[in-house]
Amino acid sequence: MLLMDKEPGFVPMRERGEPKGGAGEPAGKALAIADAAETDRISPETVGDITSKNAVIKVRGGNVHYGDTHALRNISLDVGRNEVVALIGPSGCGKSTFIRCLNRMNDTIESARVTGDFRLDGTDIYARDTDVVLLRARVGMVFQKPNPFPKSIYENVAYGPRIHGLASNRAELDDIVYGSLERAGLVNEVKDRLDEPGTGLSGGQQQRLCIARTIAVNPEVILMDEPCSALDPIATARIEDLIDELAQKYAIAIVTHSMQQAARVSNRTAYFHLGRLVEVGPTDKIFTNPSHKLTEDYVTGRFG
Amino acid sequence: MAMLTPAETRRRVDASLRRRYRSEWLFRLYGLVSVLMGVGFLLVLFATIIGNGYGAFRQVFIQLEVQFDPAVLDPEGTRQQDTLASADYSQLVKTSLRTLFPDAEDRTSRRELNALVSSGGAFKLQKMLLADPTLLGQTRNVWLPADDEVNVFVKGRAPAVSAGSGDEGRRLSDRQIAWIQTLESSGKLEQRFNTIFFTAGDSREPELAGIWGATKGSFFMLFVTLFLAFPLGVAAAIYLEEFAPRNWLVDVIEVNINNLAAVPSIVFGLLGLAVFINFFGMPRSAPLVGGLVLTLMTLPVIIIASRAAIKSVPPSVREAALGVGASPMQMVFHHVLPLALPGMMTGAIIGMARALGESAPLLMIGMVAFVVEPPGGPMSPSTALPVQIYLWADSPERAFVERTSAAIMVLLAFLLVMNAAAVWLRSRFERRW
Repeated sequence: MLLMDKEPGFVPMRERGEPKGGAGEPAGKALAIADAAETDRISPETVGDITSKNAVIKVRGGNVHYGDTHALRNISLDVGRNEVVALIGPSGCGKSTFIRCLNRMNDTIESARVTGDFRLDGTDIYARDTDVVLLRARVGMVFQKPNPFPKSIYENVAYGPRIHGLASNRAELDDIVYGSLERAGLVNEVKDRLDEPGTGLSGGQQQRLCIARTIAVNPEVILMDEPCSALDPIATARIEDLIDELAQKYAIAIVTHSMQQAARVSNRTAYFHLGRLVEVGPTDKIFTNPSHKLTEDYVTGRFG
Repeated sequence: MAMLTPAETRRRVDASLRRRYRSEWLFRLYGLVSVLMGVGFLLVLFATIIGNGYGAFRQVFIQLEVQFDPAVLDPEGTRQQDTLASADYSQLVKTSLRTLFPDAEDRTSRRELNALVSSGGAFKLQKMLLADPTLLGQTRNVWLPADDEVNVFVKGRAPAVSAGSGDEGRRLSDRQIAWIQTLESSGKLEQRFNTIFFTAGDSREPELAGIWGATKGSFFMLFVTLFLAFPLGVAAAIYLEEFAPRNWLVDVIEVNINNLAAVPSIVFGLLGLAVFINFFGMPRSAPLVGGLVLTLMTLPVIIIASRAAIKSVPPSVREAALGVGASPMQMVFHHVLPLALPGMMTGAIIGMARALGESAPLLMIGMVAFVVEPPGGPMSPSTALPVQIYLWADSPERAFVERTSAAIMVLLAFLLVMNAAAVWLRSRFERRW
């Protein structure tokens, strides 16, 4: 059980006729089989300070249902500017579901129902008049498996600015592409072969290309869904360095299964368990002196 | 459960291995046998068709010294175009045949002599004279097509190949055979490449019948089909795959599309007859109506192939597009469609190939008519290649046998070209990154 989040990380666009509980419902199955007694151990209240100075994302009482299963229960959490928030927890605990709520990627799952107050800079993400396209331009996302478009490296980065009309001419577009590749730490490796397919790069390079593609749109928040889980340690280290640099400018929420990674890159850490947010706090505190028993068990490797 | 000893485990695995290898070997043998049988049947089919049909690409011609006699063609000397056009040119053929073989004196033998040359010979002379009126009064050596029975005999396909045998099935008399042999030995009879077969429409005379009319009809039909079925099919597939809500109505539509692909094609013919001809009053035998009927028939095939192609686009590409803020429309047209297009085109071409070979629905909308003139457009009456094959296969004249096979060869060649195009398009547009 509890393996849905480890599946190579996509949620299909729609449940293409598959039976319920397929990859489209990451947390559902795990919750359904969860031991009721264990659920009772989790206090409904989150331990620690959920707020953040300079909060860009403010979530209060967020709930997600996939059909009949309650995947996220009453989550409240802030993500602030220049801050990296790591979301950790056992598979199927709802961390991916949570960040997918922030750019409404869950919209593509038909059975998903999101309730609660999700705000980006004070505006309601789920309001009727919120434009999803604009929202996703402001809240970029990097996925678990590197997924460059089957186009050239240049086109991969230029696509976002082009559809959003961010560049008025070719020179500006070139600037955006070079700048994004530079900030993603990729420009030296690819500047002589921008016309080559993005899928021809190594896995780590592809993931940095995806990051360049995300920051080319100049978002305010970057969501990362286990960005290093398909990469080797060297590529992982490069991405982690990159996250450090990006944190100077963006608000970042990163889902990770590696507690070392959470400890290395994040300022705050949120521990999810069975659809609830158990504890939030400064990363040091979570890893050295957690307040909740479940958090302690998890970070000390007693389960999970 | 008692643990097995390592030796016992090994023994049991050994025994099961032998069983597995045996069944594997048997399965491979079955596969090989079925492939060989399939190839064998295909070879027999090709051998039969080519063996029957290759003769149709050669045509027997007879050389005659024809005098364009003004007394026959223009007895009043008016030199009017329509007088010349309606004159009795067969008389010229008869006269020159008689000067060649003066021994044919009685009526029967003269009729037999005249039967050597096709009735198309007179048309050829008429065309020559109308193109160049100065020929009037002159004498020319002209190669005229021989009659179909002469063709059959010269190509050695008649039951009685030698003079004197009393076979019941013979169509040529001893006298005719003697004349043919005289012509052959004097070099006045030869086989040439059969251009008539590729340039003429249908005819009651096998030696004058060609596939050009049917080919044009098929072409117009496929044109109509392609330009209706491909855009409609692709649009329907995109809508159903990407935009349609999940509800019972869409489910019903999907089930029906899948069922339509399995409906016998003649039912589409009946539908076309009832709707396009009886209700909308479109002309019978027109390639336009044929194309519409084939569109209905091909549409489900294209929709199903296109949906499969769209489904095979990896979801990660869609997520990537949505993640940078592409609208669903942009996601489909910038990312999904380019990746799905090769599959869609393959499906479309296979659907078109099926439409090209279809005859049953065309019978229902009157495209089985005897049409001599090749159609000028999608509204003029026409047949199609498979229907032409059916018509010829039904004809009693022996010379139509080889034409039927030859038309099948042409149809197969078209199908081969279309399938090659599908393969080429696929490799051309498939992105390998």
